[in-house]
Amino acid sequence: MQEVFTKSMARNIYYGGSMFFVLLFLALTFDTQGALPKLDNSQNLTEQVAAGKRLWEENNCIGCHTLLGEGAYFAPELGNVYKRFGENKDAIKAFIRSRPVEGIPGRRSMPQFNFTEEQLDNIVEFLKYSSEINTNNWPPNIQG
Amino acid sequence: MQYQSQSVAKLYFLAAMGLFAGQILFGIILGLQYVMGDFLFPEIPFNVARMVHTNLLIVWLLFGFMGASYYLVPEESGRELYSPKLAVLMFWVFLVAGALTILGYLFVPYSGLAQMTGNGILPTMGREFLEQPTITKLGIVVVALAFLYNVGMTVLTGRKTVVTIVLMTGLVGLAVFFLFSFYNPDNLVKDKYFWWWVVHLWVEGVWELILASILAFVLIKTTGVDREVIEKWLYIIIAMTLITGIIGTGHHYYWIGTPSYWQWWGSIFSALEPIPFFMLTLFAFNTINKRKREHPNKAAVLWAMGTAVMAFLGAGVWGFLHTLSPVNYYTHGSQITAAHGHMAFYGAYVMVVLTIMSYAIPLMRGQQAKSNRMQVMEMWSFWLMTVSMVFITLFLTGAGILQVYLQRYSDAPQAFMVVQEKISLFYWMREAAGLVFLVGVVLFILSFFLPQEEKNMQAQPA
Ligand code: HEC
Ligand code: HEM
Ligand code: HEM
Ligand SMILES: [Fe+2]
Repeated sequence: MQEVFTKSMARNIYYGGSMFFVLLFLALTFDTQGALPKLDNSQNLTEQVAAGKRLWEENNCIGCHTLLGEGAYFAPELGNVYKRFGENKDAIKAFIRSRPVEGIPGRRSMPQFNFTEEQLDNIVEFLKYSSEINTNNWPPNIQG
Repeated sequence: MQYQSQSVAKLYFLAAMGLFAGQILFGIILGLQYVMGDFLFPEIPFNVARMVHTNLLIVWLLFGFMGASYYLVPEESGRELYSPKLAVLMFWVFLVAGALTILGYLFVPYSGLAQMTGNGILPTMGREFLEQPTITKLGIVVVALAFLYNVGMTVLTGRKTVVTIVLMTGLVGLAVFFLFSFYNPDNLVKDKYFWWWVVHLWVEGVWELILASILAFVLIKTTGVDREVIEKWLYIIIAMTLITGIIGTGHHYYWIGTPSYWQWWGSIFSALEPIPFFMLTLFAFNTINKRKREHPNKAAVLWAMGTAVMAFLGAGVWGFLHTLSPVNYYTHGSQITAAHGHMAFYGAYVMVVLTIMSYAIPLMRGQQAKSNRMQVMEMWSFWLMTVSMVFITLFLTGAGILQVYLQRYSDAPQAFMVVQEKISLFYWMREAAGLVFLVGVVLFILSFFLPQEEKNMQAQPA
């Protein structure tokens, strides 16, 4: 029994198998990159959106929120927040602007970031851009 | 311990233990913030505590992997470490860089840290697990290169065993995939696509090679079972890991703007990912059943068995639970994800690092094993940590099922914050289990540092 399946056979499966699947993965990645422009809303990726993404990152919003379902699970999903707020940019800006510095007693709190008007516009443009990515209908409903 | 230079591992293990305790402390803070939203706000907001928790985890696991390598590579290679001095130097570089980064998170607002460290020049910050300032990431690359050079030279100029070859492959892969953390395009979909090349291809790819080789080493040493048999297992386990895990990356490409064919590729291949974890369990139990000696370090053998079982449960079973795309459609980014993340990380990587520490630290002190009393204490720590992690996972799974139902599945979906309020009982229970986990961590550390009292079990050589 032992000798039917030898160590060198196991080794060959390892090298051959992993090589094959690395190549397959690269091929699928190549195909995906080609298909992305139809799905990833890159036609709306403006300077403002890019600046908004930078602000998103440099304030670590992902440390509390999910974006398209990835991140932290402490606060609402923001990939579709633009739609949840009725596509009302001002409402989102007002929400972010109005966070109390000391938080809300007893409630999970979001920091006051003291953004300028321009920064708020950039963030909202980024959230709008994110909400228009083709996500195969995720999330299941508006609550995220 | 056969070679003097193996003892540099002690530094690495010591740092790992300290950072582990810190990680859990911040886990407890996070757990409390889940139910008392204003706890420590605005001094330590949730996102800051979370960064500290997850980054400490990654850093101490890396310390553990490096310590494990410095310990086992000389012994396997049959020679002293290429440069013990370099290993000590890199230890301090890594520790100082890590400490400064954590202090930066805690004492500088994150956006200020981004400004100070010139994130604008090469923006890499602000993505989950990759929050470190760009210069810290560069520091990690330098440390990794020096480390790979050091162990690589030892392997290349010494006896080459399957254990060291697999370990080296895993470590090189770890470093190579980390390079994708420097790729951060404005296009969110591409950003996310390649972010997973770090995160998924680490934990469900190259880290499994590291896991399997460390476990194989400890099993060879503690059971005396023939290398040929163990090496065959090792090859076939890592073959299955890469065959399933690479395309399995697709289970993260369902809902992020990538083509829908990933639902097929991802579901099918990731559904097979439990196989290598199951084989790891069979491997460990088989080897221990066929042992040719009774190793005096009972605690280390317990940790090795525990790793095999808990890695299968956390990664295999809890991973499978939400990996098929029709299920993941509902569970994506919920407490189910958190439940799986905890048990998988604990069962696979935390436990394997504790295994090698448990095995190697007594040997580096010139004993075969700790005194019986201290081993009993260590076994208590094993059960406290493992059982409380099972409960943390179960409570989060309960929270997750309710969350998914109330927020995403029922006919009248409710808002996120409303649902969180309703399931807070589960978060309280998770917090209680977390406190038990902390007791386990303290006992683990104490079992190495309390006076041993009885005479040493046996003296060298190992
Ligand atoms: C410390 C955690 C934390 C951080 C960091 C954070 N948020 Fe929030 N955020 C929250 C919480 C908690 C809520 C829910 C507040 C409530 O309902 O009272 C929230 C709500 C929101 C909402 C409204 C969502 C809804 O559906 O009601 C938006 C928009 C938002 N955050 C944007 C951001 C942006 C943009 C950033 C980064 C600049 C950010 N948040 C950073 C915790 C955080
Ligand atoms: C060794 C033990 C632990 C490990 C390996 C671990 C690992 C992790 C990981 C990987 C994450 C990120 C999760 C994800 O993105 O899905 C995380 C987040 C978290 N951990 Fe832990 N953790 C441990 C212990 C604890 C303990 C004891 C507690 C609390 C009692 C805790 C509380 C949390 C919380 C609240 C989060 C944030 C979840 C969120 O984003 O909403 N952890 N931990
Ligand atoms: C030891 C190995 C593993 C570890 C440490 C691990 C850890 C994690 C972590 C931390 C996350 C959360 C990532 C995030 O923050 O977004 C995650 C997500 C996920 N894991 Fe694993 N995992 C492992 C193995 C597996 C396996 C074997 C499977 C499948 C069988 C699996 C299936 C998944 C899925 C489907 C998700 C996405 C969840 C979502 O959609 O939110 N994992 N894993
Ligand atoms: Fe994965």
